Amino acid sequence: MVEVRIHKKLRAGTAEFTLNTDLTIAEGSLLTIYGPSGSGKTSLLRSIAGLLPPDRGYIAFKDRTWFDSEKKINLPPQKRNIGYVFQDYALFPNMTVIENLKFAKSKSAPDNIIPDLLEVMDLSALANQKPETLSGGQKQRVALARALVQQPDVLLLDEPLAALDTDMRQSLQDHILDAHNKLGLTTIMVSHDLGEIMKLSDTTATMKEGRIAQLGPPGELFMEKHISGKFQFTGTVLHLIQQDVIYIISVLIGNNIVKVVAHPSEIEGILPGDKVVVASKAFNPVIYKISGNSISE
Amino acid sequence: MNWEPLRLTFELAMTTTLVLLFVSVPLAFWLSKTTSRIKPVIETLVSMPLVLPPTVLGFYFLLAFSPNNAFGSWINEWLGIQLVFSFGGLVVASVIYSLPFMVQPIQAGLTSLPPSLSEAAATMGKSGITQLFRVLLPNIRKSLLTGIVLAFAHTVGEFGVVLMIGGNIPGETRVASIAIYDEVESLNYVAANRYSLILFALTFALLLLVYLLNGGYLKRFWKW
Repeated sequence: MVEVRIHKKLRAGTAEFTLNTDLTIAEGSLLTIYGPSGSGKTSLLRSIAGLLPPDRGYIAFKDRTWFDSEKKINLPPQKRNIGYVFQDYALFPNMTVIENLKFAKSKSAPDNIIPDLLEVMDLSALANQKPETLSGGQKQRVALARALVQQPDVLLLDEPLAALDTDMRQSLQDHILDAHNKLGLTTIMVSHDLGEIMKLSDTTATMKEGRIAQLGPPGELFMEKHISGKFQFTGTVLHLIQQDVIYIISVLIGNNIVKVVAHPSEIEGILPGDKVVVASKAFNPVIYKISGNSISE
Repeated sequence: MNWEPLRLTFELAMTTTLVLLFVSVPLAFWLSKTTSRIKPVIETLVSMPLVLPPTVLGFYFLLAFSPNNAFGSWINEWLGIQLVFSFGGLVVASVIYSLPFMVQPIQAGLTSLPPSLSEAAATMGKSGITQLFRVLLPNIRKSLLTGIVLAFAHTVGEFGVVLMIGGNIPGETRVASIAIYDEVESLNYVAANRYSLILFALTFALLLLVYLLNGGYLKRFWKW
């Protein structure tokens, strides 16, 4: 269990606001943090990592106190056993891929963890290359592998997939989910992508001006209606065409354009560019707007 | 031709550069990290030798190191070193005189690195020292080289400070730049020209090396 109750005055551009969160994350959970830029997502992550000390508050993992302003406890990041994947990846330019991993490996980790991770992440062929020669997706995989080599208790991911194309994104989402489940990690991930949030996380916290606005399963937070669908995918509406009494909606799901037939009452309020869920009840797919826009506005 | 002044010049420049390396890396590291209020004061002090006439620096060194003064006599008594008109004194003065040439490139190099590099190392349990030597310094090799060469070349080119605090003692403090002055004063232009030409060629070669390396012109021959 990770407990985070912190206060911290922050500056975003000219505006000042207070990061003020009270969050309890169950062990083994994958929490995503969603919200507009400048709402304190990264600061929250950095506070948990020990890179940004809060003004006051309390942070604990299991029975270990990481930060307690009253007892003047502030464990440095070195002692928190966390893995952190930075937005800019922060790969060490002077080291090859395998050297980056070796540098991160803790003494207690088994020796075969590095070849294993290189294999799983499909990095074996790149092991002796320097980061500058890698593509964005490859760098991202190295960064994730490097965080996992540490065998962390808590894995912190700061919008790790933002710069990647859809294919790469999906394969890396699988890697993250895999590692999270296999290693029994507690994972906290900042993400802007509703599809990603739906796919990966069991809990989502939406942030607004430094506060947790909502907390719950992503399905409940982002869909006005509760669906018990047989299958469901999230996608982006490309366009709507009226044909006689029905509408045909083209939705981009992953790399595929899917055409969905909808009743005029269903498409109310749906515009091109909206995020939607396409789900199937029994036979015919139904389509709902995800209310993410109203949160991020 | 008397090679003594040239040997002395290089001995002084090497010693100074070596001492500076040990002093400047921690100092630049601290300056690149600190949010302390005295940072601008320290930065100003480090940069002073850039603008201060060397004679001013030399004059105060002369006063401070003089055995008649508290500091000078203390050094003399406790360490048995006399810093006025001696090679040791030249080294101390040169270190301070060339300090900005070493500190500034290293500090600029460290500041230019993304903070996430040392933060990432910190989350891996690495101490500040490990971060510095395994992650930060290897990634600012160009700045280190620039600092080393500039400090070396600047010490070779020293005149005013040396004259004030070292004087003109053959084999002890008569470095090449002083020797040139000495030869010109006695109208011995041939000897002055020899020393001058050697210093000219050497400093040209040194600076050229820096620009070639840092400009990537030698990449074909040597991966830097």
